Amino acid sequence: MPAAIEFRSVSFTTAQGRVLLHEISLAVEAGTTTVLLGRSGSGKTTLLRTVNRMVEPTSGDVSLQGTSTRDADLVALRRGIGYVIQETGLFPHFTVERDVALVLEAQGSPRADRIRRSHELLTAVGLDPSTFARRYPHQLSGGQRQRVGLARALAAEPSALLMDEPFGALDPLTRAEMQDMLRALLARLRKTVLLVTHDLDEALYLGDQIALLQEGKLIACLPPKKFLESSQPEIQAYIRAFHRGERSAAAQQEGRP
Amino acid sequence: MTEFLHRYGAEIVTLTLEHLWLTGAAMLIAVTIAVPTGIALTRSPRWARPVIGAANILQTIPSLAFFGFLLPLPWLGERAARVAIVALTAYALLPILRNTYAGIQGIDPSVIFVARALGLTGTQRLIKVELPLAASFILAGVRTATVTCVGIATIAAAVGAGGLGELIFRGVASVDNGLILAGAIPAAALALLLDASLGLLEKRLAIRTGQRQTS
Repeated sequence: MPAAIEFRSVSFTTAQGRVLLHEISLAVEAGTTTVLLGRSGSGKTTLLRTVNRMVEPTSGDVSLQGTSTRDADLVALRRGIGYVIQETGLFPHFTVERDVALVLEAQGSPRADRIRRSHELLTAVGLDPSTFARRYPHQLSGGQRQRVGLARALAAEPSALLMDEPFGALDPLTRAEMQDMLRALLARLRKTVLLVTHDLDEALYLGDQIALLQEGKLIACLPPKKFLESSQPEIQAYIRAFHRGERSAAAQQEGRP
Repeated sequence: MTEFLHRYGAEIVTLTLEHLWLTGAAMLIAVTIAVPTGIALTRSPRWARPVIGAANILQTIPSLAFFGFLLPLPWLGERAARVAIVALTAYALLPILRNTYAGIQGIDPSVIFVARALGLTGTQRLIKVELPLAASFILAGVRTATVTCVGIATIAAAVGAGGLGELIFRGVASVDNGLILAGAIPAAALALLLDASLGLLEKRLAIRTGQRQTS
């Protein structure tokens, strides 16, 4: 069976000649979550966007279930892939209810179906429709907005879900809640997920495999446990950078300033 | 005062209606031209500068001269009202065009990005996202244009197009301040009334979109 999402030697160079992605090959199995991890500017968001062709690879190919996206109809391709972006993704002039079902509206589904689906999804992401359906984004907290964004991405029953730092702008506690919610939801829905983050902890918690990117190159792609145990210097550097606070606090407790 | 109203009341009403007709017709034509043009410019922004520049030049032509230029033209010149409506339309283009273009260009790029990424077609993006978000801005342009046109329409009386300018010109010719005021006060009131009601509509649109309050 072909991989749900497969990148084959995907490269992307900007018009100015900057190489953002260099020969990336990576496969994501159906129903699993792959985390694209890396610092800012490592190319993880660009790679994510090649899947729904918001970025067209300069060379190489992306395929979904064995079919290249190159010849796909853009509108149909994008409607078939759920997409969640950080913070700003909701339409300021739509109620939550309408926003969640926007893809269905674009496809011409009847209004009653849209409302029903919208309420069903709001419930699934932990928002009570009777309270939230008629609200506008500016009447929601950051965490609630992200929940709505997730509900919207699921509306058209996409096989794959792209998530670009979905929890990046949230405080640690809200973020942890959202991660729990997402993990439970994914366990139930079995979606194929590509998730971009720079947060190591999030990557370890949500990923079935973690792909570390650096300067547009894929350094490694490993399951969380193997990732932590890896001796690759780039991986170790990333892990070290993350636990500095912990180590420094531990050192203080042992009486070493 | 009562005698004055008795004498000119009916005429003021007729001329006010005439004034409204000139302004309304011009605004309708201007919106029909300027909004689609403004949208087209957001699709090919390199045309924005020359096209808006051209509308800007129209704006600088002194109104009396403009009416004069149009008068000898065939068909147009036959009816003074036609001349007036064409000239008023020309003056109304710039504010509407500029605000349509700027209103759509000014939408948060991430909102447009998401609309594309969700698979909205170009037309859906325009109708469901761009126009609603730019609506209060576009309406602000219409409002500015309307107020300007109500003012300029008084000059249309100089070429015999009627409207409240009629009374003002007659008042000037006969050095009758009362007559001038009989034209000027309703014209000012009309401008204020239209300004206020369009302003109200504009505010409602801005509130509905839950963002971007334009003043």
